[in-house]
Amino acid sequence: MSIVMTTRPPEAPSNKVASFKPTLLQTEEHHLCPGCGEPVAIRLVLEVIEELGLAQKNVSIIGHGCYGSFIMTMDVDSTLCLHGRAPAVATGLKRMRPEVAVWTLQGDGDMTSEGLAEILHATARGENITCILLNNGVFGDTGGQMTASSVIGQRTKNTLEGRDAAYHGYPIVIGDMVAAMPGSAFVARGSVHNAASIAATRRLIRKGFQRQMEKKGLSLVEILTMCPTGWFVPASGGADYMMESLGKTYPLGEIKDIAATEQA
Amino acid sequence: MTMRLMDGSEAIVEAAIQAGLRFYAGYPMSPATELLEYMAEKLPHHEGVCINAATEIEGINMALGAAAGGFRAASGSCGQGLALMQEAIAEAALNETPIVIFNMARNQQDYFQATRGGGWGDYRTITLAPKDLHEAVEHAQLAFHLADKYRVPVIFMGDNLLARTQMGTTLPQLDLAPLPPKDWQLDGTSGGTGKSRQIWTFGCGKTNDPGPGPSKHWERIAAKFDAIAEVEARYEEGFTDDAETLVVAFGSGGKFVEHVVREMRADGHKVGYFRPVTLWPYPGEALERASQGCKRVLVFELNAGQMIDDVRLNVHDRKLVKAIGGVSFDESGLNLGPLMDATVIRERIELAIHGASK
Repeated sequence: MSIVMTTRPPEAPSNKVASFKPTLLQTEEHHLCPGCGEPVAIRLVLEVIEELGLAQKNVSIIGHGCYGSFIMTMDVDSTLCLHGRAPAVATGLKRMRPEVAVWTLQGDGDMTSEGLAEILHATARGENITCILLNNGVFGDTGGQMTASSVIGQRTKNTLEGRDAAYHGYPIVIGDMVAAMPGSAFVARGSVHNAASIAATRRLIRKGFQRQMEKKGLSLVEILTMCPTGWFVPASGGADYMMESLGKTYPLGEIKDIAATEQA
Repeated sequence: MTMRLMDGSEAIVEAAIQAGLRFYAGYPMSPATELLEYMAEKLPHHEGVCINAATEIEGINMALGAAAGGFRAASGSCGQGLALMQEAIAEAALNETPIVIFNMARNQQDYFQATRGGGWGDYRTITLAPKDLHEAVEHAQLAFHLADKYRVPVIFMGDNLLARTQMGTTLPQLDLAPLPPKDWQLDGTSGGTGKSRQIWTFGCGKTNDPGPGPSKHWERIAAKFDAIAEVEARYEEGFTDDAETLVVAFGSGGKFVEHVVREMRADGHKVGYFRPVTLWPYPGEALERASQGCKRVLVFELNAGQMIDDVRLNVHDRKLVKAIGGVSFDESGLNLGPLMDATVIRERIELAIHGASK
């Protein structure tokens, strides 16, 4: 892992090389920490929505976490619902407006800790919604505590010696659980730790929305996102740390695609 | 519509659907179960949806989603089931999502929960407590109207007598004023226009159109509830002009008390009754006026004393207020007990009068 030199100022000022603002973002500005993976993941979702012609045909249901602040910058009809309940809120809205692409944005604390019942029952009912899970294995918004998805050995503010399976239990691998249920249409895990993974994740998100519009069932696209602040590592070290820790428990790739099954 | 004999639960569901209800999500709990059953049976025939939720928490959050989409939506349960919904009821108040919650209560221990709430924040819930099925059919319509008018959660507070008594009804429709279109609804059409919509408890708005922020937003919500309190209190009273004894009761209890007071009047007793139709806003000024000149104000409710707080707050001399109700269940613990009986109520009123004169 590279070492951040904090003893002297940077050798050159920061240099913006290109504009990455999708149409559905009102501004590139955000207040999340340096090295955070969530803005990248959200940008991908908004780009895919626009590509698929759903810009004026979608509603986002946002959970509670750092990403929640994007309700102010995403130029999308949105509600920020109660912690953990996004798949339930999305269910009510989608059932009444089946023509609209309804998607949820949750972190791992929101989905696998507070809201495990909601995601599993929404899957069981085969709701035609797209659920985006930003998994960083930690409660980032509250400053770095253990979630149900924290990996074994992960140090957090309430697992100071690292998550111990015998004491804290095992991480919940929600993607496998959802994929095992007949109500899910597409389940995949991407990441935003480098350019290749970002490009691959964009394709996964695209499939997640396509399956919803094909009325195939629930899609879950899990995206591993860096949280250097919540992991207590330097901002530039987040990507490497993530793939050495979360990446081992949560392997990348498609877990289930009902379209592929139907073709076979 | 011709007159039909219906279960109370069925009549309430029919009235709600007539009023435009299109989405219901609930979880079985006696005596609210039949409401769910009738919703499941009837809503699909009216372009509606009824979902058998996995929990009360899931059910009310589904209703919040459907309501955010601009549709009339409801959830329902009773007692402890309502307790599970409290966070979402508060959320609906603070993010201004109009929903209706049907509480087909087991008895009258839900008063605090309905009028004080168990959720977070400075909010209230309009609570309609019908005395019988005729009023319940009206309230099922009024609840949705008030919810939409003010963008608030409204609790319909019934009980097992209402849910399980049969009634012949034509389901008369209330003549309610038209409401403005829901220009706030999340229909998904405004993405990328710079005018995308938002339903959010913190009221911060969008980058290009900032909202007032949490403190000012919540201040405005609280002021809205103050304004509702000014105009939406409803009540019914009888024989209060010269009453020496005023009996206050709500819901089915109000109906029983009204009957007993009429009987006692016929026998020459100077007794009157007062029934809050809305438990919130509480018709406090009306009660203050109705209780003027009374020697005693008796409160009949099937609990250990909940509404009595509101009576004491509004009667000019709180020492006049006396409880004549109490906790009263049948053996199952699920239904109204033997205290909900005209003979027993009359005995307690007479004891209060004669005990005082000795």
